[in-house]
Amino acid sequence: MSDMYRDLILEHHRYPHNFGTLDPHDVSQEEHNPLCGDRIRLDLRIVDNKIAEVAFSGKGCAVSQAAASMLTDELIGMDLDKVREYGKAELLELIGLPLDKNPVRLKCALLSLKALKVGVYRYLGQHITPDELD
Amino acid sequence: MINAPFDVATTRSQFPILQLPSERPVAFLDSASSSQKPEAVISALANYYRTTNANVHRGVYQLSEQATFEFERARGRVALFINASHHREVIFTRNTTEAINLVAQAWGGTNLHADDVILLSQMEHHSNIVPWQLIAQRTGAVLRAIPIDGQGRLVLDNIDTLLQGVKMLAITHQSNVLGTINPVAELARKAHAVGALVLIDGAQSVPHMPVDVQALDIDFLAFSGHKMLGPTGVGVLWGRKSLLDAMPPFLGGGSMIKTVTIESSTYADVPARFEAGTPMIGEAIALGAAVTYLMDIGMANIATYEHQLSGYLIERLDEVHDVTWYGPPAGADRGAMAAFSMTGIHPHDIAQILDSEGVAVRAGHHCTQPLHVALDVPSSVRASCYLYTDTDDIDRLVRGLSKVKQLFG
Repeated sequence: MSDMYRDLILEHHRYPHNFGTLDPHDVSQEEHNPLCGDRIRLDLRIVDNKIAEVAFSGKGCAVSQAAASMLTDELIGMDLDKVREYGKAELLELIGLPLDKNPVRLKCALLSLKALKVGVYRYLGQHITPDELD
Repeated sequence: MINAPFDVATTRSQFPILQLPSERPVAFLDSASSSQKPEAVISALANYYRTTNANVHRGVYQLSEQATFEFERARGRVALFINASHHREVIFTRNTTEAINLVAQAWGGTNLHADDVILLSQMEHHSNIVPWQLIAQRTGAVLRAIPIDGQGRLVLDNIDTLLQGVKMLAITHQSNVLGTINPVAELARKAHAVGALVLIDGAQSVPHMPVDVQALDIDFLAFSGHKMLGPTGVGVLWGRKSLLDAMPPFLGGGSMIKTVTIESSTYADVPARFEAGTPMIGEAIALGAAVTYLMDIGMANIATYEHQLSGYLIERLDEVHDVTWYGPPAGADRGAMAAFSMTGIHPHDIAQILDSEGVAVRAGHHCTQPLHVALDVPSSVRASCYLYTDTDDIDRLVRGLSKVKQLFG
């Protein structure tokens, strides 16, 4: 439990960073997990192929909300080419949770990453393969 | 405060999984999803493979005859368990879901027509919704649902109106989320009065209380072995013989035929007509052992004990601030389970923290999305009991919830 609900996760859950919406935006992508009803909307403003501003909103468990909060911090200034390389391993390292043996909670953690990937690929007019969401 | 009509400690000792050496034994509160198995059932399954393994209804050799005898004896035990008037009325399926699909396809495919109504309720499990949607799409029949009130009971004020045009009333005996025990006999009487048939989803009732298909005067009953101490992979459809006799096959293949030519076939009598292919022989035999185990303790005794557990569970949950539980107050029409929410804390987080405290509960929508829409929550936590649950399990749940509050408070 201390692993899963370490202070950082609870802190981001209580006081999420970059919480809200952007209007106007270049990317707005909503993803949800039908198993538990978690919902994340991720808004981005893109300048010179870089993420200039980011905001997320939604409802869900501590893991999904904290992961979104931490991910948005990471995204500010990120080049869109780097978004393509940013995957599950990077996100899990960022949030520091041992979720390899917990596929149900892994989905919670990855919900914001899915919104990011689907949204950015759509913005770039590129097709996303299921592999890239793993 | 709880006076079990049987020795719960002895019962627990008969479940190997509850005896595993562990620093922190599991308080297993997810029996509504799938129950644990007593040694008698595990042995019956293993012994079949060790001593009796052969296909049924085929061989002329002794081993096959023995397997057939045991398989058919299990059918007889199940028939006795639910007071079926004939063992041929018991069809082995994979689970409740398959049993309901069988009726929806085989009965519905022949008897439902455009604008016929299938009446369900707002509290149904997806397994008693989706099969009816599939056959409704094929036949032009329409679905209608009995609403529920704020205490999770069916609203029956307008039942006569709701029953207009109904050909099939398919409804759960006990909700897998609210714990509500529905007045099935009364509903069956009203449905029959308008010429409708009645299918009861007994997945949550048959394991926990006496269910007598003749006393309830219903037409079909579906339930699962794995929720009543039996193995996974075996379930039961009981149906009135006259109805089953008139139904076409569900799946085609071996065992379900009389004669086959390349062009056409004639079909076997019930129940073989609905048991295409090699069945789940060992699992059915083990289900027979589970039924024997339950009957030895007595379903009325189990219901009496679980009724007390239900009261204790609600009483203890009421002590935890910020817990909202769903369903009727503890009483005769509530089973020993509770789905609940805690203000501002997601059910996944609650279940995860409880797990780290050794308490196994389920979090999610429990395959009842329309019900959760009515409850106005995306998901909930569910704690559910069985005959091996004791008050200590419930106490550990409540202590775990205090931990949740500490962390998220």
